[in-house]
Amino acid sequence: MPKRTDISKILIIGSGPIVIGQACEFDYSGTQACKALREEGYQIVLVNSNPATIMTDPGLADRTYIEPLTKDFVEAIIKRERPDALLPTVGGQTALNIAVELAEAGVLDTYGVEMIGAKATAVKMAEDRLLFKRAMKEIGLETPKSEVVGDMQTARRAIESIGFPAVIRPSFTLGGTGGGIAYNNEEYEEIVQRGLDLSPVHEVLIEESVLGWKEYELEVMRDVKDNVVIICSIENFDPMGVHTGDSVTVAPAQTLTDREYQRMRDASVQVIRQIGVETGGSNIQFAVNPKDGRLVVIEMNPRVSRSSALASKATGFPIAKIAAKLAVGYTLNEIPNDITKKTPASFEPTLDYVVVKIPKWAFEKFPESDSTLGTQMKSVGEVMAIGRTFKEAFFKGLRSLETGRVVGSDILDKSAIRQKLITPNPDRVAYLLQALVDGYTVEDLVELTHIDPWFLTELNEVAAMTRELAEHTLESLPPDLLREAKRAGFSDARVARLVKARPADVAGKRGDNGIFPVYKRVDTCSAEFESYTPYLYSTYEEEDESAPTSNKKIIILGSGPNRIGQGIEFDYCCCHAAFALKEEGFETIMVNCNPETVSTDYDTSDRLYFEPLTLEDVLHIVKKEKPTGVVVQFGGQTPLNLALELQRSGVPIVGTSPESIDLAEDRKRFGELLRRLNIPQPNNGTAVTVEEARAVARQIDYPVLVRPSYVLGGRAMVIVYDETTLDNYMRAAVQVSRERPVLIDKFLEDAYEVDVDALCDGEQVVIGGIMEHIEEAGIHSGDSSCVLPTYQLSEELRGIIRGYTVKLGQALNVVGLMNVQYAIHDGTVYVLEVNPRASRTVPFVSKATGVPLAKIAARLMIGRKLKDFDLPAELKVSQYCVKSPVFPFSRFPGVDTILGPEMKSTGEVMGTDDSFGKAYVKAQISAGSVLPKSGVAFISVNQHDKKFISKIASDLVSMGFNIIATRGTAQVLRNAGVPVETVYKVNEGRPHISDYVKSGKVDLLINTPLGKESFFDERAIRRAAIHYRIPCITTIPGAIAAVAGIRALQRESLGVRSLQEYHQSK
Amino acid sequence: MAPPKRATLLLEDGRVFRGKGHGFEGEAVGEVVFNTSMTGYQEILTDPSYAGQIVTMTYPMIGNTGINREDIESRRPFVEAFIVRRMSPIASNWRTTETLEAYLIANRIPVISDIDTRALVRHIRLQGSMRGIVSLIDHDEASLMKKVKSAPHMVGLDLASKVTIEKSYPSSKEGLTFVEFSSLDGVQPTDRHIVAYDFGIKTNILRDLVHLGGRVTVVPSKTPAEEVLNLKPDGIFLSNGPGDPEAVDYAIRNVRQLLGKKPIFGICLGHQIMGLAFGGKTFKLKFGHHGGNQPVLNKDLDKVEITAQNHGFAVDPSSLPEEIRITHINLNDQTVEGMEHRSLPAYCVQYHPEASPGPHDSYYLFEKFFKLMKDNA
Ligand SMILES: Nc1ncnc2c1ncn2[C@@H]1O[C@H](COP(=O)(O)OP(=O)(O)O)[C@@H](O)[C@H]1O
Ligand SMILES: Nc1ncnc2c1ncn2[C@@H]1O[C@H](COP(=O)(O)OP(=O)(O)O)[C@@H](O)[C@H]1O
Ligand SMILES: [Mg+2]
Ligand SMILES: [Mg+2]
Repeated sequence: MPKRTDISKILIIGSGPIVIGQACEFDYSGTQACKALREEGYQIVLVNSNPATIMTDPGLADRTYIEPLTKDFVEAIIKRERPDALLPTVGGQTALNIAVELAEAGVLDTYGVEMIGAKATAVKMAEDRLLFKRAMKEIGLETPKSEVVGDMQTARRAIESIGFPAVIRPSFTLGGTGGGIAYNNEEYEEIVQRGLDLSPVHEVLIEESVLGWKEYELEVMRDVKDNVVIICSIENFDPMGVHTGDSVTVAPAQTLTDREYQRMRDASVQVIRQIGVETGGSNIQFAVNPKDGRLVVIEMNPRVSRSSALASKATGFPIAKIAAKLAVGYTLNEIPNDITKKTPASFEPTLDYVVVKIPKWAFEKFPESDSTLGTQMKSVGEVMAIGRTFKEAFFKGLRSLETGRVVGSDILDKSAIRQKLITPNPDRVAYLLQALVDGYTVEDLVELTHIDPWFLTELNEVAAMTRELAEHTLESLPPDLLREAKRAGFSDARVARLVKARPADVAGKRGDNGIFPVYKRVDTCSAEFESYTPYLYSTYEEEDESAPTSNKKIIILGSGPNRIGQGIEFDYCCCHAAFALKEEGFETIMVNCNPETVSTDYDTSDRLYFEPLTLEDVLHIVKKEKPTGVVVQFGGQTPLNLALELQRSGVPIVGTSPESIDLAEDRKRFGELLRRLNIPQPNNGTAVTVEEARAVARQIDYPVLVRPSYVLGGRAMVIVYDETTLDNYMRAAVQVSRERPVLIDKFLEDAYEVDVDALCDGEQVVIGGIMEHIEEAGIHSGDSSCVLPTYQLSEELRGIIRGYTVKLGQALNVVGLMNVQYAIHDGTVYVLEVNPRASRTVPFVSKATGVPLAKIAARLMIGRKLKDFDLPAELKVSQYCVKSPVFPFSRFPGVDTILGPEMKSTGEVMGTDDSFGKAYVKAQISAGSVLPKSGVAFISVNQHDKKFISKIASDLVSMGFNIIATRGTAQVLRNAGVPVETVYKVNEGRPHISDYVKSGKVDLLINTPLGKESFFDERAIRRAAIHYRIPCITTIPGAIAAVAGIRALQRESLGVRSLQEYHQSK
Repeated sequence: MAPPKRATLLLEDGRVFRGKGHGFEGEAVGEVVFNTSMTGYQEILTDPSYAGQIVTMTYPMIGNTGINREDIESRRPFVEAFIVRRMSPIASNWRTTETLEAYLIANRIPVISDIDTRALVRHIRLQGSMRGIVSLIDHDEASLMKKVKSAPHMVGLDLASKVTIEKSYPSSKEGLTFVEFSSLDGVQPTDRHIVAYDFGIKTNILRDLVHLGGRVTVVPSKTPAEEVLNLKPDGIFLSNGPGDPEAVDYAIRNVRQLLGKKPIFGICLGHQIMGLAFGGKTFKLKFGHHGGNQPVLNKDLDKVEITAQNHGFAVDPSSLPEEIRITHINLNDQTVEGMEHRSLPAYCVQYHPEASPGPHDSYYLFEKFFKLMKDNA
């Protein structure tokens, strides 16, 4: 059937900020959908609150709305744009939920908008666990025994028949938020209560546990003619009980016979038909009892998902793109397979390699949290690796994780080995490998972990090889063994550790013996047809298929797995580099290992190497491709860390030179540079011992900011107010050495922080944006909201900042992008740091100004000059743009929500409007914190902040709020003439503040950290706020901004406007 | 661990691959083909259609689930030799009875592993299927080449008569000791009697026929038409099988005689034989279709089926007379995948609706056979 001509304008809803469980994969799917539908001539209206996405590039849609993803805002967009159809299946759970809300509220009917892809009824049947189970029963498929309960009492009754352990799952929450496994009554009560609270419909499902069973996923596609194909099967290495998002997963399934696989395939086809997903992709999860093959259906996601992104990358079959085409009426056989060109998309990809996905967690950021893995997803990112064998893919995957350690060199607590194997946790793989090397048998491990013996046997061979390698020196190492090791996925660094040599020497020995990787193509068909798309992976085999060209070409190094501090923003920049350099006539070559991203779409660059971003792997690609240049500036810290060594190996780095990068990163040399330029920097020093630290701190005066050398995202950064704390820090600080001293800076209190992104061609500098942070310095730039243009900074200060930025760009001879962080304290502008690379804010600034900074930077790097671009000295913004962070606190029960110099946010949103207040409110709504228009505000601030609070409180009162406060704060307010009611702290009596919060009597919390004494009390309040979704502001500037926001809310209603309109009006 | 055995694969155009040896410590010649199914190596090994062939599995990890009693497609493995990227040292599956290695040793099938199977597949794709030898005992190229050259060419080869059974048998639990019929418990037998020509029949075809209530008599490939009719069948089934369809001239003659007398359903070689009996021609494909992901368009329904395929020859559509209608085509290369006589009860498909291994999308073709028998009863 050809495409539909009765619709012409389609609304696509994105997935919003990056959160745990919803990450770049939806930028990938959304971007594909936009491209695929525009290609067909449809007009696209896009809404997404996340500015860091490629999909929100104004060029990808006809109208791009960076507006909050709520029913009301989307309704406003529908009203304005009058789309004919709504595609809800490419924006994750967020988009589905909004679409269902719009449908149920009658909005879609009112405006005559048709939901395409999946209808609301199908979505509901798939998402409502009870309806789903009923539907499965109708088609004769089993699901685990279960009962839905809406209150504690029913829950207690339900458990009697279901028994422990029981799985508890709240209805309609993303990635299992609030769920868990209970082994006893106590845990049961706690988890059920939490689940009931978190479920928007106050329902949880109590389910029979199938812990330890094998877990599988199938990616299914269907078209309007009811043609159904399976794109990929995925087997979880970690058995049931660990969320697939937290499991190592393998494609295709490894331990199923054809009979069992076909049974699952038949079931999947039945499921998608029964649920009634009309067109597009769905993900269906199964569990299989390893003892007798009993098959149960776990769930279905009636949309593209994280797994479908993985499956797309794993097979070369672009699920989201095809899903979009199917949604407008094409059938699978009408769509060509991009890779083979000659065959249609109505087939099932077949792999001749193995794909392994490994999650990446960020527990080091939340030391108080429980790192046990369970039914709720906790990882923040993932890597994928491709190899010709499971072993090769698995170990390529491990080294793609960038843990900073060579595989096998982890420091493990051997006494904890059994416990670490039994209870799933992020280090389990390391413990497994260690256990095997130590002589545990496969049978032992199967018993402890329930991991399939097939996987463990493969790993056991590697353990045997590890022992064998360790018996050799580099000289005695037989070339055949070295070759076998490389074929099993050993990195040079890992071999080097075992034979006690340097990685470069291992590489040397390989070279002498002609042991090099070759590159094979991912082609969807196991070489049955010719592949026209160079999507490549390395392996140690005979034949190389890379067929490099002799064109002028640039390699762009990507940013690897998402993590806190390095995420989608960098992927955005890498993609832009690829787009710009292609326009400049270069062949573009992407290297990355993150399956969620747009950069690893084979469409983004001319050639894609799906490879780990280690020196070894990158050098091999460079050797093969012989590029004109390599770009290290866009992938965050990952490629930057390789820059110097790449250069030493003779690799041509384009853009800012690795020496300049090093100069900016080296504290001592950078300090000298600033002195020479006459630019102030907070006083600082370094220390290795407690005594040295005390001396430095005394000299520069408390408070000081301490941190280890060479860290990212503010890791282990602490503000220290006194000597005792300093002593403790120094004693606890691991791995301090002369080369890696502790860095001590004067902490600038109550300072404004400002972020600047700039372009530089080595001579001229263009300021992309001067962003004023809402929160004060001391809160990591990634965790504070910021606004463009600045709203409080004097023109004089802006002038100084501009001047410093220009000087720094020229002095560092930056070619491309640069980011400078400033703090303004008592009227003096200090430089906190310079990052001679693309920063987290580049996409935000680009969306705000309408100028694609990363693209221009890429062009500068290949020799263009800023004067070619006709840009003003500082880019203009016609409206207020606020960027706000989004935090994963709800995923980590018990973790405090206080912000500090260590970054904790996973994603960001953008709010845009014509006043600061409105833009701020929008950003807050997008970040999930809906400011109240009226009601009760609870205030409790620390001593230091008391001097600022009266103004805030009286403003709130004048806007009609009632104020309640704890004793000390109440006193201050009363003295200032602000009417206030005193409430008890938790330990003072009842009803106390937590009771107020829990009973819904508080609409807004302003609570700055009081310090150690009352710590527990406070944390409980803040956790309660998270739990009950009440905005909780923890800084004074944040509170001031909130007041501005509330004022704006009261005065006028919020409208919507597209980026294209904003940019036009400039 | 014992040091791995060596193995050599030599192709008739001189290309050599050296790897590790598994299975039978001997050697075998045959036509080297590749199969792209990711699961189902056991079914592939035991599919008689692979007689005379050396099968390369494109999926690199083989043997993971070992061998079990049920997933067996005939009385023994028929491939001449087996080529894999990696042989699993263990078998992990609750139905497993032995490892793949043990099974191949017992059945005297030599295996070469750890070679660049993708390079081999690309070579075959570009150069076409060709003869080759897998040896664990001889690694001398000149000597291996001699053996390869002495092997027969596939074109003109009647292999059906080599793999067919010697005597007719009824397909009951008793008659087919190698077949696991447990999945058929509870099936309601009908009185439909089907005579199935065994050119190398796969057991799952019998399972499917019996599953729908059929009573099946399997007869040797050369059984004359009169003898078949004497069995008073309600329908006649022509099975899959190895070799060149033109070489089974006896079968073509028999089918011509049976046409119109009773409903006929053919699969794979059976389809090619029907094509020839209809008066058409067959030709050899460059490297054939072997895998479980081939898209076939059912032209009547305008729907796509994902099919299991295993054939090296195909029916030339331009050679077919007017009364033959093409019902199915392959969407990858537009070759004929199914035909039907416009007036007589006879239809056939080139692919494998019985799957095993492969998807079950085309099961309806068996149901169609029962309907046809009913309509013509
Ligand atoms: N009945 C069960 N017994 C044991 N583990 C389960 C059960 N149901 C789900 N799980 C585990 O919890 C994870 C999350 O469950 P799932 O239904 O997939 O929810 P989500 O929507 O969060 O993906 C699964 O990946 C699986 O490992
Ligand atoms: N001297 C200082 N005074 C006050 N705050 C500071 C100071 N130095 C750093 N900070 C705060 O710590 C955060 C992280 O420090 P930064 O040097 O930018 O580390 P990172 O490299 O992790 O971004 C900054 O965003 C800023 O808020
Ligand atoms: Mg799931
Ligand atoms: Mg910083």
